[in-house]
Amino acid sequence: MRKHLLEAGDLDRADATLVLDTAAQIEAALAGREVKKLPTLRGRTVVNLFFEDSTRTRISFELAAKRLSADVINFSAKGSSVSKGESLKDTALTLEAMGSDAIVVRHPASGAPHRLAQWVKGSVVNAGDGTHEHPTQALLDAYTIRQRLGRLDGVRVVLVGDVLHSRVARSNVWLLHTLGAEVTVVAPPTLLPVGVGSWPVTVGYDLDAALPKADVVMMLRVQAERMNASFFPSAREYSRRYGLDARRMAALPDDAIVMHPGPMNRGMEIAAEVADSVRSTIVDQVGNGVTVRMAVLYLLLGGSPS
Amino acid sequence: MSVIIKGARPYGEDAADLLLTDGRITAIGDRLSSPGADVVDATGLVALPGLVDLHTHLREPGREDAETVETGSRAAALGGFTAVHAMANTDPVADTAGVVEQVWRLGQEAGLVDVVPVGAVTVGLRGERLAELGAMADSAARVRVFSDDGHCVADPALMRRALEYVKAFDGVVAQHAEEPRLTVGAQMNEGERSARLGLGGWPAAAEEAVIARDVLLAGHVGARLHVCHVSTAGSVDILRWAKSRGVQVTAEVTPHHLLLTDECAETYDPVFKVNPPLRTEADVQALREGLADGTIDAVGTDHAPHAVEDKESEWAAARPGMLGLEQALSVVLETMVEPGLLDWRGVADRMSVRPAAIGRLGAHGRPLAVGEPANLLLLDPTHRAAVDPAALASRSRNSPYAGRELPGRVVATFLRGTATVLDGKATR
Repeated sequence: MRKHLLEAGDLDRADATLVLDTAAQIEAALAGREVKKLPTLRGRTVVNLFFEDSTRTRISFELAAKRLSADVINFSAKGSSVSKGESLKDTALTLEAMGSDAIVVRHPASGAPHRLAQWVKGSVVNAGDGTHEHPTQALLDAYTIRQRLGRLDGVRVVLVGDVLHSRVARSNVWLLHTLGAEVTVVAPPTLLPVGVGSWPVTVGYDLDAALPKADVVMMLRVQAERMNASFFPSAREYSRRYGLDARRMAALPDDAIVMHPGPMNRGMEIAAEVADSVRSTIVDQVGNGVTVRMAVLYLLLGGSPS
Repeated sequence: MSVIIKGARPYGEDAADLLLTDGRITAIGDRLSSPGADVVDATGLVALPGLVDLHTHLREPGREDAETVETGSRAAALGGFTAVHAMANTDPVADTAGVVEQVWRLGQEAGLVDVVPVGAVTVGLRGERLAELGAMADSAARVRVFSDDGHCVADPALMRRALEYVKAFDGVVAQHAEEPRLTVGAQMNEGERSARLGLGGWPAAAEEAVIARDVLLAGHVGARLHVCHVSTAGSVDILRWAKSRGVQVTAEVTPHHLLLTDECAETYDPVFKVNPPLRTEADVQALREGLADGTIDAVGTDHAPHAVEDKESEWAAARPGMLGLEQALSVVLETMVEPGLLDWRGVADRMSVRPAAIGRLGAHGRPLAVGEPANLLLLDPTHRAAVDPAALASRSRNSPYAGRELPGRVVATFLRGTATVLDGKATR
């Protein structure tokens, strides 16, 4: 395994499979245990450096590190020296001087983790950078698909929504392609990047046409602020054309699953009865997130196996 | 005071001696001698007219931590320049006679190149109302080039008025062509690479739409238009069309747009962040062809020094711009001369003659001939070396060519017969 996890796009099949297999081993090792904790990263320090609010991702990383017995520091950019104008570089060097072994970073600027990796000696884990990537989300999604469907090779995944601004979409496109899935992206043309034609995906604008051939439907969150920039006329029209409701869900093959990285806009991109249905893996994704992040930290920090 | 340059090759042609006396070229021939003259051995070196830059950011007044008129002048002289146009986006903005005269005077005091101030088109570069263009033209700085560079004069009615107004003193508006509504949040060229990198896209159409509009306006009112830092193949096409229709339009291309592509953004190192952004390989080829056939008139460096803290950051937080003065000629050698797209007379035309003509600088861009002002450079075209930012004369270090091997070394530069650079070192 490499030193940093900066993007899913540079993971090869062996790397990605190792993460998923390691996560499966961790899950098996912890199954049935009363104390859900491994001693592997005892004495190591993991810093969660979050420049954006993201409670769920931070908590997931925090729990992952704690279950590996690492010390965890949560550094939120709000109310810190960053709000007083400290640069990303100075913040990183300060944290490293205090003895951090790994920095888990969430940042609104694409590429911020890549810059960080050039400045610090420890490992850097990208927990979401701007509109670029969110590699652990893609890994946990792949893990969830494999868990539910038993394979990734040849699985037909339909990604729906704001691909243009979605780091989850980018990471999933590259990772799922690497792992042998067939990916289709469906969105209004305004929410697809110019240049999407070079991606290893099928591009479509019609959700109803894509659903009958889907093993997995992955719904992306649509930010309310996109409405004010004419990406689509109204929430209602978006929902009508690209929302997954019960009627559309009925068009899916029998064993197809529905995924969402959260947080959901119920009634917008996904209807409540879909989110709560048996097809939904949304709760599984959250649980798997901790396991997969444990695997990532374990592999990057090279802890000795317990 | 005299200097004899021995054995130089004017325009890369047959070797000759050049005698410089009292600021002029007073003789060209074999085995010239003049009692008491300094002798410069230029065996094997190419002599060219001193270069003229239409697009330099000297940062003074306001950001003297990034560059000053003096440090920028030294960088220019080391790059073979004898005149540079200092852009108006200083703090305070060069939108009054007072500021342009200050910059002009600082240039005179530095004495390394002729610093020619550019005046802002609009007050404070805000694009709302015209600055006192006539006052700047009539000032000691004799401003002829007006630009809001860094910002586009986006309002079409204001642009039309500016184009018309400067006709009264033979001025030209140099447009930073960028439709602002199409580049909100833009970080790099919009295309396959921005899609993958998740950086906001700067579409080629945002540049081309403004150039198309402005050549139509310039044609309509019979005014001169200059287009700054042309960066796309489509822009070259529009300029070619406009010139074929007789529009008085000129254009420049930067060294970095002749050499680098948006592939550089994959490092997320903001030393490669620039506005307009680095484009695709196809754009680079079209720009080279446009410069070769004269559709693009000039190389303009867009030398844009930035302090370390403005570049050592995440991409989105960094300021756009890169150094250019000291490597401009080397990049032109690499991209135009060595591939056979431009000969030495072509280099002189695009880097000296035409930019001087656009800026209406009578004493620059003159041929290497007896009686002409002694503004010239001597270049060793066989020299090759990797660029070391720490060795640059600029106060800033944001060179996109760090570590890249480039051909050519300016050995000497003469401004009105006086060496500003000798043995590759600034004389003051």
